[in-house]
Order: sequence, then structure tokens, then C-alpha cells
Amino acid sequence: MAKELNSKIPEGPLAEKWTNHKAHVRVVNPNNKRKLEIIVVGTGLGGASAAASLGELGYNVKIFCISDSPRRAHSIAAQGGINAAKNYQNDNDSVYRLFYETIKGGDYRSREANVYRLAEVSNNIIDQCVAQGVPFAREYGGLLANRSFGGATVSRTFYARGQTGQQLLLGAYAALNRQVAAGTVKSYPRHEMLDVVLINGEAKGIIARNLVTGEIERFGAHAVVIATGGYGNAYFLSTNAMNSNGSAAWQCYKKGACFANPCFAQIHPTCIPVHGDQQCKLTLMSESLRNDGRIWVPKKLEDVKKLRKREILPSDIAEEDRDYYLERRYPAFGNLVPRDVASRAAKERCDAGFGVNETGLAVFLDFKSAIERIGEDKVRERYGNLFQMYEKITGTNPYKQPMMIYPAIHYTMGGIWVDYNLMTTIPGLYAIGEANFSDHGGNRLGASALMQGLADGYFVLPATIGDYLAGHFKDPKTDTNAPEFAEAEKAIKDKIAKLFSIKGKKTVDSLHKELGHIMWEYVGMARSAEGLKTGIAKINELKKEFWSNVYVPGENGEFNQELEKALRLADFLEIGELMAIDALNRNESCGGHFRVESQTEDGETKRDDENYMYVAAWEYQGEGKEPLLHKEPLKYENIKIATRNYKD
Amino acid sequence: MDFKLKIWRQKNAKVQGHFETYEIHGIEEDASFLEMLDILNEQLIREGIDPVAVERGCQSSGPVSFDHDCREGICGACSLYIDGRAHGPDDEVTTCQLFMRKFKDGATITVEPWRSSGFPIIKDLVVDRQAYDKILQAGGYISVRTGGVPDANSIPIAKEKADSSMDAAACIGCGACAATCKNGSAMLFVAARVSSLALLPQGKIEAARRAKAMVAKMDELGFGACTNTRACEMECPKHITVDHIARLNREFLAAKFKD
Repeated sequence: MAKELNSKIPEGPLAEKWTNHKAHVRVVNPNNKRKLEIIVVGTGLGGASAAASLGELGYNVKIFCISDSPRRAHSIAAQGGINAAKNYQNDNDSVYRLFYETIKGGDYRSREANVYRLAEVSNNIIDQCVAQGVPFAREYGGLLANRSFGGATVSRTFYARGQTGQQLLLGAYAALNRQVAAGTVKSYPRHEMLDVVLINGEAKGIIARNLVTGEIERFGAHAVVIATGGYGNAYFLSTNAMNSNGSAAWQCYKKGACFANPCFAQIHPTCIPVHGDQQCKLTLMSESLRNDGRIWVPKKLEDVKKLRKREILPSDIAEEDRDYYLERRYPAFGNLVPRDVASRAAKERCDAGFGVNETGLAVFLDFKSAIERIGEDKVRERYGNLFQMYEKITGTNPYKQPMMIYPAIHYTMGGIWVDYNLMTTIPGLYAIGEANFSDHGGNRLGASALMQGLADGYFVLPATIGDYLAGHFKDPKTDTNAPEFAEAEKAIKDKIAKLFSIKGKKTVDSLHKELGHIMWEYVGMARSAEGLKTGIAKINELKKEFWSNVYVPGENGEFNQELEKALRLADFLEIGELMAIDALNRNESCGGHFRVESQTEDGETKRDDENYMYVAAWEYQGEGKEPLLHKEPLKYENIKIATRNYKD
Repeated sequence: MDFKLKIWRQKNAKVQGHFETYEIHGIEEDASFLEMLDILNEQLIREGIDPVAVERGCQSSGPVSFDHDCREGICGACSLYIDGRAHGPDDEVTTCQLFMRKFKDGATITVEPWRSSGFPIIKDLVVDRQAYDKILQAGGYISVRTGGVPDANSIPIAKEKADSSMDAAACIGCGACAATCKNGSAMLFVAARVSSLALLPQGKIEAARRAKAMVAKMDELGFGACTNTRACEMECPKHITVDHIARLNREFLAAKFKD
């Protein structure tokens, strides 16, 4: 069954679309709101802010998370900041400029109307967070401070030390707690959504596993919101939290929701390098460090050799023997080029043999100049907790010696396809935050993930969901005894029983590591048609291996972390394959997606606007069948399309 | 590096727990404590797979369950009492940021869950910390709706106040304070939230009411009273100080006077 993609972008001038749209969408009257139930899955910035705002409006909300508390969602780990077009710095920022730079940063693969709306509500977010008691950094006069981030020409990033995500999430979590206390939101921690249930083609509930007891439970609603983040853990090693997974989104895909641009994954340039094969998690060092840190490798290969043998220290290398390669290649933006550009540049230097640690996969991030310029105290005030974290992990003092960093998987721009109302191709099913695809195109700018999560949750979804629910307020409470629920529940129980019955020889983690190696090698920073085909074949072999040789200890009726991981890995194997299929289809380089066949003479990405200026939305066709590609053309009516240039 | 691990095993909340001892070899000194537990779990799972080991009666209670997520010291999911200290022997870090280079090669390491009546055990090293959510639901927020709020710069806030508020707001809700306290008091956790909000003009308005409601909820949930031993401050991975408890007491008294 082929789907027509209708993005439902409102008519009219760009700057008026959102205002007009809000004025014309249907709303549900307060008496009827309390008859309507909404399920929100995930409690990060998107999920928590949405659930709190919907609860305030009077809907009955149920919110689910896999951790023991909503506050642990991975948004908490975002360090650097959140963008907004406040222009408090008088540096000529505006909604248009934030819009323009986000589209450009995303390499012209995101929707104009969505991104403009994001820029527009960005200012409300800052107001909201301050009102909630988020302790943003301030200047001595008592007003809010800003810092700069990659890909931006102005200083528009608001921050709370190196813990901005934590503070914003605690704000949204507090708003959520207030609604839990008021009885409008019911919270289900340690519950994992394992399927979405459709009745007559509309989303009417979910099946979840109680992670403490193992019980498979049914929950009904009038609409379901997916806010479960990205799928970066398909690579095994990433900056995502250990439990972050793509399974909820993937079940939506398998029930018919299109999945858009799965190959757009962001590789973050400043992570602590891998130290050995026992590692399971990579740690990010905030992009904000690039405000004052300078990235370099030695100019001379003999210095590299001495460094690797630990015969010299990085600080022994003279200024003239250092290659500040970002400043050299991109004089206009220097160390603050967007993440995809910085990551590729690091890979280029390491591939050329200039990587500085034992593995040859690291570059320096140096604060020597900053400490000379503004003093160690000022540097400590700005980045103290990050420096402390670095020292705890590596045992090296970054005030004395430069940090070592290397790119790692960090964020996925792709996700469930949504229209302007954030509704998926399944009526009544919404996707918000990182779980959807809508705002970042081929590359997300720093400090924009927090902005999007909160924009969707506080301001966009609460306005748009009424449009759908206004047509459903007469619907009775969803009956979870309906055959559709029974069927979905049975399928899950069968799947779990199958996993236990395999009793193979390989652990879940060892198979996940294998998937990670395949993904990083063939669907990583440099992709080729041949490599992607090999990758797809290898993923398929691994999938067979998983379903015939995995070992899941214990039983279902208990707290069982191995079963949780096995269920997630089963989906990552499929997600990884779709990522590779999408990457193979997109025979151009754009943003974080680099096809070696499509590059300029100096190794920069080369887009193919004529053939690929579209959103690739994939529709599931059934087990073992090729997914169906739908193309949503991207139209740029308000900005001139150009080659991204961070050089001049 | 090689270690002997004495780990608390408990199948669920209903049965008695006990210690089991495991040996682990070849751990890199750059590995984190939780990576070491991952490796142990791989070993324990393989023992379940290996028929020879099973025959020898080697099959253990399966992998050790423990809470963890971000592994960057910010989500607050990880816990663990390691050699008698919350989050182990290093200062100002969570368990996930504890590295094996902090231990002596060949050491015996004892690993237990949080022990506090407020945090019942779910399995092995995993405890139920919903009580902390409930305390915050009692009043750990500023009562504002989404939308309709003033411009962010309309109320200037002195930098020192904002910074102190941020110091308190750094709490990650891990539970180390209550688990460490001999009285099982959650005062530092409650104080961090009360203080963080009371320092800001936006939060000042409800400060007294908030303090009263949160302390009442803490008492109701079975957490003990604070007797100023300052053990919580010593073990807090985010260096939240007892100064915030003083501020909580101030707000709490203010509420009492109003009654």
C-alpha cells in the first residue's frame, strides 16, 4: 500500500505560516480534553515537555520511560547549550539568521517551514526555562550570557555551565512532576514500549514490558507520541547512553510509519578517543570547548612517532611545528566549523598518519592559547566540569597538556517521517525530538537538539495535536481487550520466547560489537557504493547469526537486562540495514553523509541538488522485502541555495 | 589487572540476598568500574553457555544486574556501594566515572547496592529510587504554565545567586546522600532542590511552601532525620554542600512561622 506523503506545510509567507496555522487548526474544548487520553513514550526534553504541557491543557497523559526516573533520559547529558535568536548580544541575530544558518548547517536537506518555526519559537523556550528556574549562566549585570557554537556567525547559545541539557531536563521534569502531582499525568518508569497498536489504521495504544516484573502490559489512548530519541547505538560505540535505542521508533516503522533519511547520522568531532577493546561507551567533550580550544596535530611525522612512543609531551612541540588544520583549511570559521566538517578534517589528518595517540586515531584540542589569553581561572569557570571529567577518565590534566579527541557517533538527524503537525504517516501517531527527522537535514548544528526537543514538546505538539483529536473527542476510551491488542501482545510474547529458545553460543554484547564494527567500517564517516553493499551483506549475515546463535540468560518474568538488550539489538540489526540502504541510495555527499564518489578536489562534500534534493522516506514492505522509497521534494523559496562555505 | 569481586546477589525483592565471590583477570587500568562489571557479566553469561562449566556446577546466578546509563556521571542512574563507600573510593565522581587505576592490582573489592529503607532492592545491585521522584512531585518545581511567561531578561539575577543556584541544581538524584547517611536521611537531596529554586526570584515566591511540602513527603516515605554528620556532603559525587541544608532549614522555619 503506497503512501502519498503530504507534508501539510501551510500556505502563505514563511514568517506567517506558523502563526496562521495555529490560528486555523482545530482545538478541543476543555470539557472534552479530559475525556481524551494521550500516551507519550520517552521522557527526555521532547517527551517530558510535551507530557507536562499536554497535562496542563487538560488531557489525560500517560508517560513511559525505560529508566527508573524520567530525569535520567539522555537529554540530561547534553553539555554545551541551547540556541535562541534573542539577539541579546546585539550582534545582529534574528529569527531569519538562525533559520538560515540551521538550513545551511543541515546542508540544504531540511524543510524551510519547519526550521523557520523552530527559530521562531526558540525565544519562547528561553523565556519558559528561565520562568521554571533554570539557572542559566549570567553576566555581572544579572542578564543572561551567551557563547558561540559551530556553524554560527553570532553568539546565540544559552548555557548552564557544561550541564545545559541537565538543567533544561530538570526544568521539564519539574513541570512534569507538577502535572503528576495534579493527576493529569500518570508516570510509568521502568516500562519499555515494545509495539504500537493500530485500530482501523489509527494509533490507539502501545504494548509495554514492565522491566521489573517482565509483565507484558497493554495501554490504550486516543493518540500516541513517540519521543524516544535516536538510533546512534546501532554503532555500539557512541556518545549515546547505554540504554538509548531505536526500538520504539522501529516498531512504528514496522507498523507502517515511514522512516526518513536514516543514513543521516552525526559524527561528533570532540569525543575522548577509544582506549581499548573493553570499552562500551564513548564520552563527548562539549562543542563549547571549541570556543577557546584550538585543534591541531604535529606538522612533522617524526614528532608523531615520538609522541606515540611517549618520548615527548605534546607541550614540547614548538608552535611552528603544529598544524592547526581547521584554522588552515577554514579561515572564516576556524575551530568553529560545523561538526561534520570538523570530524572529516580530523579523519583526514589521522588517515594521513598524523594521529597522535597509540592507535593513531586522535588529535589535540589545546587550551594553551586560551590560558595565556584569559587565564586559567577563567578557563576553569567556563569549562571546569568538563576538564574535571576529562582528567577523571584519562588521568591527564588538560590545563597542562592538550586533550586528545576523536570523532564518534553522537546524534541521528534521520528518524520517523512527520508532517508539519509532527504527525507520522499513521494517523494519531506523532514523533517529536530526535525521534523525528524534521529539522536538521544532513547535519545538526550544536545546541540545536535541545532547542528542537523543547520546541516540539512545549510549543508545537500541544498546538497541533488538537487538530487531530478534535475529530476524535467522541471516540470512547480505547478498549485494550480489542483483538488488535491481543495480536500485538502475542507477537511480542512469541518473539521473547523465540529469543530464549535459541540458547546459542554468543552473548548479546558480542553480537552488538560486531554490528558496531560493520557499521563504523562500511556506514561510517566515508561511505562508498561497494562498501555499503558489503555492509548490507554483512549485516544480513549477522542478523542470521543473531537469530540462530544468541544466548539470552534468565527468563522473561524477572528484571532481565540481557533480554532488554537482545530485543533492542534485534531492531538495531534492521535499523543498521536500512541506514545502509538509504546511504546507498543517496549517491551524493551532504552534511554528515559522505559518499567518497561525490567529493570536490579538496575533499569537501559535493551535493547533487538536481537528483537528491529530497527527503528519502522509506516504507516497510514486510520481512525480507526491499523497503519502498517515497521522495518528498524539498523546496527553497526563501533562501538561495549555495555550496556550504566555511572558508571565506 | 586482576581482582577478586565480592558482589551482593539477590534474585528479587522477596528473597534474601547473599554475597558471591568472583575472580576477574586482565582488566586494563583505563577501564571504568562499570566496564569491569560488563566484562564480569560476559564471563558469567559464558559460564552459562559453556557446557563444561555447567557440568562442573559452575553456573552462577547469571549476570549481575546494575543500573547504569549515560556513563558520563550526569544521569544519576548508577549507584553502588564499593568497599563501603557510595560511588567507590574516588572523590566527586559517580561509579561510572570511577576507573580501575584507582584500585590496587589483586585487590578484593566489595560491591553492594544502596542500603536505605527509602530504596528497596529490586534485584542484585538495582534499587527502587521512585521515592526521590515522589519528593519532587510534592513541590520541587515553580508553578508556571507553558507559555505566557515574561521575557527571559526581564528579571536580572545577580551572578553569584545564579551561580549558587547552579551549584545546588547540579544534583543528579543518584541517592548517594541517603544511602550514606546513618539515619537514612534524604536532606541533602531535598535541600539541593529547595535551595536551587529559593535562590532565584522566580522560585522565591513558593520557597517556604515548597520546603514544607518536600520535607513532609520525605518524612512520610520513611527517610530519617538529619543530625548534621555531613557524611552526605563527603560522598556527594556532585559536591553539593550542607550549606544548602541550612537554607532549607531557613525556608522550613519560615513556613512554620507562617502556620
